[in-house]
Amino acid sequence: MTGTALMADGLGMRYRGRRGGWALRDCAFRLPAGAVCALVGPNGAGKSTLLALAAGLLRPAEGTIRVLGSAPGEARARMAYVAQDKPLYPGLTVAGTLWAGAELNPGSWDRDAAERVAGPLPSDAKVRELSGGQRTRLALALALGKRAELLLLDEPMADLDPLARHQLMGVLMAEAAEHRTTIVMSSHILGELEGACDHLLLVDGGRVRLGGETDDLIAAHAVLTGPVRDLTPHTVVESRTTGRALTALVRPEGPVDPAWDRAEPSLEELLLAHLRSPEVPTLLTPSATVHEAVPA
Amino acid sequence: MAESAAVEFRIDRRSGVATYLQIVQQTKQALRLGLLEPGDRLPTAREVVEATAINPNTVLKAYRELEREGLVEGRRGLGTFVTGTLGGAAAADDSPLRAELTGWAGRARAAGLDRDDVSALFTAVLDSTFEGDQDR
Repeated sequence: MTGTALMADGLGMRYRGRRGGWALRDCAFRLPAGAVCALVGPNGAGKSTLLALAAGLLRPAEGTIRVLGSAPGEARARMAYVAQDKPLYPGLTVAGTLWAGAELNPGSWDRDAAERVAGPLPSDAKVRELSGGQRTRLALALALGKRAELLLLDEPMADLDPLARHQLMGVLMAEAAEHRTTIVMSSHILGELEGACDHLLLVDGGRVRLGGETDDLIAAHAVLTGPVRDLTPHTVVESRTTGRALTALVRPEGPVDPAWDRAEPSLEELLLAHLRSPEVPTLLTPSATVHEAVPA
Repeated sequence: MAESAAVEFRIDRRSGVATYLQIVQQTKQALRLGLLEPGDRLPTAREVVEATAINPNTVLKAYRELEREGLVEGRRGLGTFVTGTLGGAAAADDSPLRAELTGWAGRARAAGLDRDDVSALFTAVLDSTFEGDQDR
């Protein structure tokens, strides 16, 4: 039986002073426990807002978000959140920060997990002396040492060099393999996350556009090429005509005429097509859909 | 502590081949070349993902596929072990079939064919010989 890590319903958020603009609106989705989810979308799409709402650092303007079956505030001990700016105490040393992590998480602190990530850091260095990538490493060490059921990571890879990125992604994947930890990672660069994630949430213009298992989302779409013809009854995400030829990315509704040359889109094609076509309706796979009946 | 695994997987994200298939193919290749033998342990999902930074489900999917083909077997709490073989010992360095092929390749080169010509010829013969077979 699979539980639910995140469940949003009618979730909306607006910041004061933004002239009535909604950072997030009408978001409804579910993320099953154990998923490794890429939270992708352009800059300013609402990814960080969504993560901060899940972490309980922001209060929704409307709707609800449930985390591991509870209100975000009540789930705080069971989740770890690493914000984009990696907030740490600048005056503490690396060793002092890890010591504080152990003291603040009595009984659950996993020293080995934290050390595995923080190992390469100079332990006597003060946080304010660390580079951006080193601070990321320390913040991730705290998050992993906490042995949380849910990791919410906002742009975790942004400051890291390629080697550190590969190593830390490996550590995160090992965490998921061994403890079935649910991981949500945001990025505006899909390439960083593709291959590591089995679920996807595409946020764009404050709305959830796509949500669910990566494989199922890809399978729900097709790239059709052939002579220009009517595409009904399929839902057209994007189409392009070159001379007599038509190329379209569609969500097939019923059987596809075999006269079309049919191919599977790559994840990147799928995302770009949706970002270029903001009017296309949201698609959630069954596991990502909020049902009244789904037990939390 | 179990002894260390007998293979290591290399994942090429740009190859266009699905990641789980790369694991399946590399395992089969290791079996054909005799680098993996019955009784050998495949790396655990944790070991593979820690080294390659891919999703654990991808590894499990590959191992399920290998299991379905009767090449490996998962043993609860112990790991995934090689149970089958591929191509017999035909691919080993000292096998007669390999020696014949080596001789043939040498003759093809001597006849003026370059690497791509030889590869194309070999692939064409392979395709016609195994036409209609399931890809294994």
